[in-house]
This record gives sequence, structure tokens and C-alpha cells, in this order.
Amino acid sequence: MAMLEVEDLNVRFYTEDGVVKATNDLSYRVEAGERFGVVGESGAGKSVTSLALMRLIDEPGVIESGEIRFKGRNLLEMDEKEMRELRGNEIAMIFQDAETALNPSYTVGEQISEAIRYHLGLDEAAARERAIETLESVGIPSAAQRYSDYPHEFSGGMQQRVVIAIALSCDPDLIIADEPTTALDVTIEAQILELLEEIATEFDTAIQLITHDLGVVAEFCDRVMVMYAGHPVEMAPVEDVYYDPQHPYTVGLMSSIPRIGDDRDRLQTIPGRMPDLIEMPPGCNFHPRCPYAEESCTRVEPPLVDVETGEPADPINSDAQAAACLAHTGELSGELDYEVTVRGEDDPAVPGDAPSSAGVSDR
Amino acid sequence: MSSETSQRTTERGRIRVSGFDVERVESRDPLSSWEPDLQSEAGRGRLEYAWQRFKRNRLALFGAATIVFMVLLAVFSRPISLPNGFPVLAGQTVQPFSLAPADPANQDVLTGYREPTLENLFSGTATGLYLFGADWAGRDILSRVMYGGRWSLSIGFIAVAMALLVGIPLGSIAGYYGGKVDEIIMRLVDLLYAFPFIVLAIAVIAVLGRGYWEMILALVVVGWLPYARIIRGEILSVKENEYVTAAKALGSRDRSIITRHILPNAMAPVIVQATLSIGTTVLVAAALGFIGLGLSPASAEWGVMLNVEQDAIARGRWWAGLFPGLAIFVFVMAINLVGDGVRDAFDPQGDQSDTDTGGLR
Amino acid sequence: MSLQRFVIKRALITIPLLLGISLLTFGMVHAIPGDPIDFITLFTELDPETEMEIRAEYGLDQPVYIQYIDWVTSAATGDFGRSIITRDPVISEIMERLPYTLVMGIMAFGVTLATAIPTGVIAAYYRNTKIDQASRVFALLGIAIPNFLLGLLLLLVFASWLDLFPILPPTSQGIVSYDMLVYTLLPAITIGTGSTALLMRLMRSSMVEELDKDYVRTARAKGLPERTVVQKHVLRNSLISVVTVAAIQVAFIISGSVVVEIVFSYPGIGRLLVNRVGNRDFPVIQAIVLLIGVAVILANFVADVLYAYLDPRIRY
Ligand SMILES: Nc1ncnc2c1ncn2[C@@H]1O[C@H](COP(=O)(O)OP(=O)(O)OP(=O)(O)O)[C@@H](O)[C@H]1O
Ligand code: SF4
Ligand SMILES: [Mg+2]
Repeated sequence: MAMLEVEDLNVRFYTEDGVVKATNDLSYRVEAGERFGVVGESGAGKSVTSLALMRLIDEPGVIESGEIRFKGRNLLEMDEKEMRELRGNEIAMIFQDAETALNPSYTVGEQISEAIRYHLGLDEAAARERAIETLESVGIPSAAQRYSDYPHEFSGGMQQRVVIAIALSCDPDLIIADEPTTALDVTIEAQILELLEEIATEFDTAIQLITHDLGVVAEFCDRVMVMYAGHPVEMAPVEDVYYDPQHPYTVGLMSSIPRIGDDRDRLQTIPGRMPDLIEMPPGCNFHPRCPYAEESCTRVEPPLVDVETGEPADPINSDAQAAACLAHTGELSGELDYEVTVRGEDDPAVPGDAPSSAGVSDR
Repeated sequence: MSSETSQRTTERGRIRVSGFDVERVESRDPLSSWEPDLQSEAGRGRLEYAWQRFKRNRLALFGAATIVFMVLLAVFSRPISLPNGFPVLAGQTVQPFSLAPADPANQDVLTGYREPTLENLFSGTATGLYLFGADWAGRDILSRVMYGGRWSLSIGFIAVAMALLVGIPLGSIAGYYGGKVDEIIMRLVDLLYAFPFIVLAIAVIAVLGRGYWEMILALVVVGWLPYARIIRGEILSVKENEYVTAAKALGSRDRSIITRHILPNAMAPVIVQATLSIGTTVLVAAALGFIGLGLSPASAEWGVMLNVEQDAIARGRWWAGLFPGLAIFVFVMAINLVGDGVRDAFDPQGDQSDTDTGGLR
Repeated sequence: MSLQRFVIKRALITIPLLLGISLLTFGMVHAIPGDPIDFITLFTELDPETEMEIRAEYGLDQPVYIQYIDWVTSAATGDFGRSIITRDPVISEIMERLPYTLVMGIMAFGVTLATAIPTGVIAAYYRNTKIDQASRVFALLGIAIPNFLLGLLLLLVFASWLDLFPILPPTSQGIVSYDMLVYTLLPAITIGTGSTALLMRLMRSSMVEELDKDYVRTARAKGLPERTVVQKHVLRNSLISVVTVAAIQVAFIISGSVVVEIVFSYPGIGRLLVNRVGNRDFPVIQAIVLLIGVAVILANFVADVLYAYLDPRIRY
């Protein structure tokens, strides 16, 4: 049994404009000590997924159905008190924007040690000591002095380290890092990722890393789930996804990974944008943007299937690569004729052969 | 379209993706009828959208209906004749209806106060039905309240309209031209803001003396401040926006930049503020009437009616003041409902922080 | 240290404002069409000699700017001249009534804080529920009811019907007497109703704004109990931003006192102002208007300094 098992999770937001279907029958698992990536464009439902794990979905959102089993216990059946015992203690969270994630009117030290005092029952002095140690372990120089500084006295990268320190302070088993580096510049991003990597190894902490950057996933994660419009569209060990993506959306994400020196704007090369999650396209949600879409894609909603067998995938128990595209259920008449090559091995200079729309009924 | 452009190739590290041909998506006809919704809320679309939302807000509609009702009562309470010197239709009666049960000036000093009663509902007396009772001079309070709306309400509407006419141009000038002009106008705004609304109005009346137009002027002196601030703030933030720069590059004249680009953006907060201000203004006008610095004691302006009767009320003749007081209360309440509705209509998600005070100070 | 510098800097900003309002209040008299002397002598015919004397007494024979400087410098020492009506020094007329208004204002402020902050917090925490709706309705009622109507109704109920208070204030006993303090509750509550409505909604929006901030999620994600999250993290920050609003409350309470003192025949500054406007007693009017302006500016100053003190981010 994996440490974290999410099964058929459905989160809905009942807004004035309609029901936002933020996650749809989402299932995945995270093993102890594993690094699990969640990728997708903005609005794909990544943050909602992670907040759901903490049961921190706010009004007007509700976790409509599903199970979230952490070490075998269903979080959705716990009472609020049991849940609080877990939060910050066994499951901790790192947020995207460190500057706003910290309370401006308390010292960073206090913001770390309050959790320590609460969960570990330490007194002021002991909590302080532990907080300083944690600050040191995330690489904050002269931690003892900086303990009583306010968040605005830190740089962005240092603030993110403080947020990480808060998450680490009670030695959790699972850290959910929600785009921890999006607000930072590239060099700081690298440092923070390195830090997370160290932590993961040193404390043997599982990390669920949320990002919209497949490049980061490739460097950091063991397994990855690609999300589109609240659905998991591909799930597999990182190498499989990276060298052999099986869903057009994943491919789209890969072809839009910025190269070093590029603008780090949000992904843009997939035409169009993600639908709002209130009124989604029929059939495969991705079809308005998918170069391989056919008429059948507008009718049939592709299930997440094992790409080898075409059988319904079992993301909780199996590691097999799974994707939700009709190409794998045999209902697509065309082929997914993209190609991923590893440069340097044979460098296939991409021949100028006719743009291969062969087989794809393009009308 | 050459095959080079349609053949996307991207590299990162050692990976290269080829054949992911996004142009197929762009060039093909849509496969399904599904379309991404275009939330165009700019310009006129925004007004229409707001109006749609406003129409669904029952409380706000109720408030609006109440206001219309009170205005109609005031207008049709007694016939209206144009003054003799009026350029057109001089001396003629333009509004012949007379809904008020009696002439608000009809006295019955001998009887004086009368409690509210339903007795006369079908018989009627020459001086009124006394549904709301009679005041010290035996005048029918219902008639006076209806008629008095002409003063109280017109002061509110006129003063706010004039305040808009002063505040918007001054705010636009300050925001748009900046520099010294801005400095002078905004320092003046700051200065005037140092005085509470009613105190400043009192000071102006101290200088000008009492009277209808004097009161309106006093209310305008205070009333234009928020609009100047809102407009200026809006201009400063919009000014940075590209489209204004673009419009400038295209050689639009300053005035057309302000009217075409900036004012539509500033519209929402101004409309909300103006709506709420009508309530505040009526309230302050009534307060001025009540403290004896408003209209003449003979007028039926609601605040004045309370002023004349304040001792009587405190000593048990509640009806003499309750009804004009309620009239103010109901009107201000209705205006606030409308103002809240307008704000929600323009900004459904917003949490009403700025205008929550209804412009009250 | 740095706070000190902020205070000085902020104080420097108030100087031109103070000068500005003194100019405005001084200019009041000169904005009246006609000769100021007519208001001093109440339009009585004078022989040229007495007129010269009066002009000299009031400095009207000097150029305007000298008159202004004279007026400001004596005003700064508390000398506003003599009332035209009573011939008493303006300052003593004011000092006689100031304590009443101050006590009433402080009581009103207390009433406001004690009721508005808890209710605003509750409304924010239960936002968009029935509780919030109810608070909104109360706020609407409180803002829409004219304070003079409310005051008169309180008098009617508590003085006339229930006979718990006298209809007129027991002024003869002075402000520091049990009866007078108890009586002052009535006007204080009257003013407090409006300002409570106002502050409650401001507190609510400030709190709602804070509740939506990311740090609240961080605090919850730490596993802190909801009570701690709200009381320790949210409340503190929302109170900080409400401090600035306290200045608005001062202005609101001054406004209220002007009207409410009339309702209760309360012997304060507001009633003095209103009475003297009726009599066009400009030295008194000017003095009170200036005083009020200074009070509001000072309130703003104090609020800003307090805010800077409370919010660790603001240091210049
Ligand atoms: N409080 C809320 N009320 C209504 N809808 C919400 C709320 N929170 C999230 N959503 C909706 O849920 C969907 C998923 O949002 P989510 O924040 O999970 O996206 P994300 O993948 O984290 O994107 P990003 O990369 O921008 O962080 C979005 O369409 C969003 O509109
Ligand atoms: S199912 Fe059709 S539209 Fe969806 S990803 Fe596969 S090919 Fe594209
Ligand atoms: Mg997110």
C-alpha cells in the first residue's frame, strides 16, 4: 500500500456562473520517499488537487466524492481535529508565492515555531531552537539572528526558504510543493530545487511537486501525472513520459518547454487556451486544441488506459504508462505521428518530408 | 505554408519533439460547436452586463421602485405652476394632479396637534385626513411629508448632479495633466477633506446664509471631492496602460483620450459613489434643516419639520416627527439598496471595501 | 529610531495642511460679500469715529495678509478674540463646552469600538451566511436612520415614556457628575449607532480581505486550530488596517455631535457652533471650524503613526 492513495477524487466549486469541475475522477498514488510530479497549464486543477489533500478547499468548493487515503486512513472521513494533527505535521505544504504566504506581521521565527509548539508540544525555548535548526537546514545564513526578522526583510528566494522551513519544521512524511519556484528567477529556482532534492534525500520525505514546467519535472521527479482541465491525461514514470509521451497534450507541453535563455512566460505554443472548467468541450476535453483530433474525439471521452494493453489503467497499483487518448483505445483512425528523438544519438536532422497528416482525417 | 514552419521542432537538453503540428488546429474548421467563451466585459458590454445583473437583484429593484414612488408622490402631491417670469408657459399649470389630501399650508391652529387617525378616511375634512396626524398648527402631516419631498429629494439629486459636474472635470484635469495643476487641485481636496461633511457645509452656510440654493451650493462644495479623487486615481492607473499610449501615438487629442478610454473605466466607481451620495446628501440636508440652518421653518422640508417639532416629539407627540423622519430613513435606505445593487452589478466578486461607507464621513 | 523618523516626516506633512485650513477658516469671513465690519457691528449705523475704533480693534485697517498673520499667531496661542454676541473671549466660551463634547465623543467612540469590532469580525468570519446578511441589514439601518430622528426617539422612549432620563441634560452639575455622565450615554449611543454601522462594515471588509490572503492558508496548512488562525493571524492584521479608519470615525463623531447636541440640548461645541452660525458670530465660528479641522488632521496623523507602529512593514 502506497503512503498516499487518491481515488476518484471529484472537487467542485459551486459558483454563481456555474459548477466548476476542478478535478474529475482523479486517481494517483505517492509512495513513501517518492517524488511525484503534477504538471499542467494554469487552471488545470493542480492547486485544487493539493489543497484537497489537506482538506483546505475553501467555500464555495466541496470535495464531492472520492477517497484520499494517507497511510491507509481516509482523510475525508476524519474529523477536523484529526485532520489538524496531520496538517503541518505529517503532510506539509509549500506555496507558490512565498511573499504572500508569510504573515507580514509576525517574525519568521514565530511562524516556524508556532507549528513546532503546536504539533510537537515543545516549549518556547525548545521550539525556538528547533526552528533555528530548521532555518539553518534550509540554508539561511546566521539563522539565529534572522529568527526575529520579519518576512519583508528577506529576499524572495530567502522567503521561499522560510516557507520550506515551515513545511519541514515538524518533519513531515509528505510535502506538497505547489509551484515553489514559479515566482523566482532561474538561478534561485535551481537553488530551491536543489534544496528540495537534498531534503527529500536527507529526510526521506515524499514530495508532490506541482509545476507547469515539464523540464523541472524531468530533472526532479520519479513519476509524473499530467493534468488537463481537471482530468489526468497521462501518468507514468518520468523516463517514459519524457522519452515516449503518449498523450498529445504532454507532447504539446514538451514542445513548449522553454530553452535556456528563452522568456519564461507561461506555456504558449499549444494553440488556444484551456477551457474554463464550467463548460467543457464534449468528448475529449482537449480536442479543440489537439492536432490529432477527429470527429470521434468530440463524442467519446477517452478513459485513462494502459498504453500497452488498452485496458483501463490502475494508477494506484500499477506503474504502467497510462494515457487518456482515443489513440490507445483504438477509436482513433489516425496516428499520433509526432516523434521524440534523443539528440546526439543519431541526430535525425528532421527530414523535410511532407507534413505528415497522413491518415488523419483532417476535415 | 512551407513545411518548415508547420514542422515544429523544439529542443531541450537532448530531447527533440517533431511532428507536433499545431497549425492543423489553427487551419481546420472547429470539430464541435463548443467554443471558448469570450468574456468581453469592456466598454459597453460591461454596462450591459451590469444592467443584467442589477435587474436580477430584487432588493435593489425594490429600492429603485421605492425611490421612484417617493419622487412621484412629491411631484404629484400638489399642482405645479411655472413662475410668471418663466420663458415658456409662464404662469401655467404644468402638473395638474394633486395627490396630497390637503394643502400642506392649510392650518387649523385652534385644534393644533391631532393624533394619527383613520377616522377621517372616508369623511375627510377641509384640512386633511390626518392619517399621519396634524402638527402644532393643525396642518396635515401626510400632506406635508408628500409635499416636503420636493425639497428634500430635489436637493439630493441636484446637489449630486452638480457635484459630478465639478468633481469629474477637476479630477480629470488633475489626473491627466499632473504636475502643478494636479498638486493644486488635490491639495485643495485634501484640505476640504479635513473637515467633516456637515461641518464644512455649516461653514459655507455661515458665509452664504440660509436658503435653497445656498444649501445646494454648500453640499456641492463638499460633494465633489470623492469624484475628483476617484477619477484622478482611475486616470493615473489607466494612464500607464498601453492603449492610452497607443492612442497618444496615433495622435488622439487629449480630450478624446479622456472621454474614450479613461471615463468608461472610471464609470463604475463613480456611479456607485454618486448613487450612495444622493442618500448621504439628503441626510445631511435634512440634518442642516433640523439644526435650523437649512430651509425656512415654514417649509415642509423633512428635516425642518423635525426641527420645528423637536420638543413636541421628546414630550410624547411622536407623530409630529416620526413621519418626516421615516420619510428620510426610507429614502436613504432605498438609495443604499440601489447603491449596493449597482456596486454588486459592476463588481460581483468584489468585497465592497471602498464604498462600504456609502460616502459617509 | 526609524519610527521616529517616520513620525517626524509625517508631522512635516501636516504643517501645510494646518496652514491650509487656517487660511480657509480665515478666508471665510472675507468670502462674505460686503464689509466684515457690518457683521461685527450687526449692521448698526456707526459714526465714523467708532467705526475707526472697531476697525482698529479687529485689525481691519491692516492689509489682509497682516490680518491673517495676526489672526493665526494669536489663534496659535489660543486667542481667537471676543465673541460678537456675548463679548466674552472666544476661547473661554469654547473651553467651557469642550469637556462636554469630548466626554460625549469618547463615549461614542467607546460604544463604537465595543460593538463594531466584534460584530464586524463575526460577520466576516461567517460571510455570506445569514449572520452576515443580518449584520448588513443592521448596518444599512444604522446608516440610513437620521441621527436626529434616532436621538428624538431615544428621548421619547427613555425620557418621556420610561422616565429614566430627564428631557434636558442636568447641566448645572457639570460634566463630571454621575447624572451628567449617565445622561451623556443617550447622545453617545445616538452617535455611536451610525459610526458602529460604518465601522462594522469596514471591519468586515478588512477582515474578509485578510481571510482571503495566502498566509491564512499557510497558517491552516500548519495545522493550527481555526481559533488561532483567526485570532492570532487574521484579526491582528485586519485590526491594523482598521486603525486608519479610526480617523474617519473621529470625523464622523464630530459630525454627529453637531447634530446630536441640538437634539439633546447638550451644552457642547457643536451646539455652540450651530447657535453662532445663526447669529453670524464669526470669531466663534472660525475658532470652532479651525479646531475641528485641526482635530481631524491630528486624528489622521495619530492613525498613520499608529499604523506604522503596528505594521512592521512600514518603516521609512
Ligand atoms: N475558490 C474557487 N472558486 C471557484 N473556482 C475555483 C476556486 N479555486 C479554484 N477554482 C477553479 O478551479 C480550477 C483549477 O484551479 P487551480 O488553482 O487548481 O489551477 P492550477 O492548475 O493550480 O493553476 P495555476 O498554475 O494557475 O496555479 C480553475 O479553473 C479555477 O477557476
Ligand atoms: S482523444 Fe482525440 S482529441 Fe483527445 S488527445 Fe487523443 S487525439 Fe487528441
Ligand atoms: Mg495553482
